[in-house]
Amino acid sequence: MTQPFYVSPEQLMKDKSDYARKGIARGRSVLTLAYDDGILFVGENPSNALHKISEIYDRIAFAAVGKYNEFENLRAAGVRYADLRGYQYARRDVTSRGLANWYAQALGTHFVESGKPYEVELVVAEVGEKQADDQLYRLTYDGSVAEEHAFVVMGGNSEPIGTYVKEHHDPTVSLEVALQLGVHALSRSPDGTSRTLAADDLEAAVLDRTRPRRAFARLLGPRLERLLGQESSST
Amino acid sequence: MAADAGLHGRLPPHFTTPGSSSFSEFLGHAAPDLLPSHRELPGGVIDVPHGTTIVAVVHASGVIMAGDRRATIGNLIAQRDIEKVFLADDYSVVGIAGTAGLAVEMVRLFQVELEHYEKMEGHVLSLDGKANRLSAMIRGNLSMAMQGLAVVPLFAGFDLDGGLGRIFGYDITGGRYEEHSFHSVGSGSTFARSALKKRYRNGVSEAEAVKLTVDALYDAADDDSATGGPDLTRGIWPVVMSVTDAGARRLPEDEVGAVVATVVGERMTNPGG
Repeated sequence: MTQPFYVSPEQLMKDKSDYARKGIARGRSVLTLAYDDGILFVGENPSNALHKISEIYDRIAFAAVGKYNEFENLRAAGVRYADLRGYQYARRDVTSRGLANWYAQALGTHFVESGKPYEVELVVAEVGEKQADDQLYRLTYDGSVAEEHAFVVMGGNSEPIGTYVKEHHDPTVSLEVALQLGVHALSRSPDGTSRTLAADDLEAAVLDRTRPRRAFARLLGPRLERLLGQESSST
Repeated sequence: MAADAGLHGRLPPHFTTPGSSSFSEFLGHAAPDLLPSHRELPGGVIDVPHGTTIVAVVHASGVIMAGDRRATIGNLIAQRDIEKVFLADDYSVVGIAGTAGLAVEMVRLFQVELEHYEKMEGHVLSLDGKANRLSAMIRGNLSMAMQGLAVVPLFAGFDLDGGLGRIFGYDITGGRYEEHSFHSVGSGSTFARSALKKRYRNGVSEAEAVKLTVDALYDAADDDSATGGPDLTRGIWPVVMSVTDAGARRLPEDEVGAVVATVVGERMTNPGG
């Protein structure tokens, strides 16, 4: 009778982590940046229909990188979780902290129990009445959860982008400045050269604390071009 | 606990089922006890608050819906300032007559249903789609209606595809009937509808439509004891909602108050309107 080879738990977890990390690094980055009136999400995404950034609840949004089918499944679960909570209790009882914990449990259990981990990295963000009340959680494939401040960079070539954002980002700037910084960071290549990203190549959205109930809004078309300072002559 | 969101580990299967964008369908799996239609009722009759008259009028740029503020238990007034007309989403409103407790619960479920679909699918349901969802919810309530706990909604919204305001009436079996100019539900609806029938003209403006609804509710309150008229001593006016291509909004109190003052002023000299 053949015995399976012994694999140490360390090796098993490391293999799974490497697998997940590789998958996540293949995609494009998504940036989450705090600005004076809220939280901005921006990523390179040529599709108008397959979103990486989405609304979860009144003041809560979700951004993800990695395998689309996996994070889409997690997003749908998050919307269901939030709507169920809000219906069962009250709208203000739905919090990003609760959702982040729920995701962390699900990702962690999946990482340990299943042969193939999720190849995803998520941000759950919530805007408060003032900037000090904003919350940003980063969740990774193994269920680790970290509370972040001011910015998060996920996926793709995240390290140099993260260094650049850390050096240049100020959370008290306006949306326009934050967006231009984000797009500039995304367009830098590892070799130091820079590409031009037009509005069509980007997916951008905000959680705007000044909006009455649902804070989430996508930045689309002319508004995005105007904010980028790339207004075309026809508009 | 039925509504266990799976805190002990994996995502529960209902949360990750692909393909369904309906909140009430999800609720039926994840927490069926929260669905109004999944309850078993003991026999017998109970006295609970009832809401009464709702009217809706189509005008040139959209639709107006208004409701009186009275809830009754038998011959008693249960509440003077109940609200029975609600924003359903950005482009539609819903008003409900019948058992107040169930009606409010159903509206809450309907609001979540519409927003849930929008978030899951990334686009808004068509106005017909929304009207049909409401139909299904009313149909689910049939067994309670048979025991006297009926809920009869009136739904109205702006159809962004057709560019016009539309009204949908319902019966307790979930039957859905589109009305093209005006409609009313609730105990005072006979009087409100007769009033509208005499005063309504095609292509009325938004302001005229607001006055038509306030007038119709005045007439309903005049002849139906379960419908409340404008309460001048307490300053309680009907709830008036307007839906146009710019979205749905509730008219501010002072705006409705001004219309009420005009209507009451006219009735001082001509009580029959």
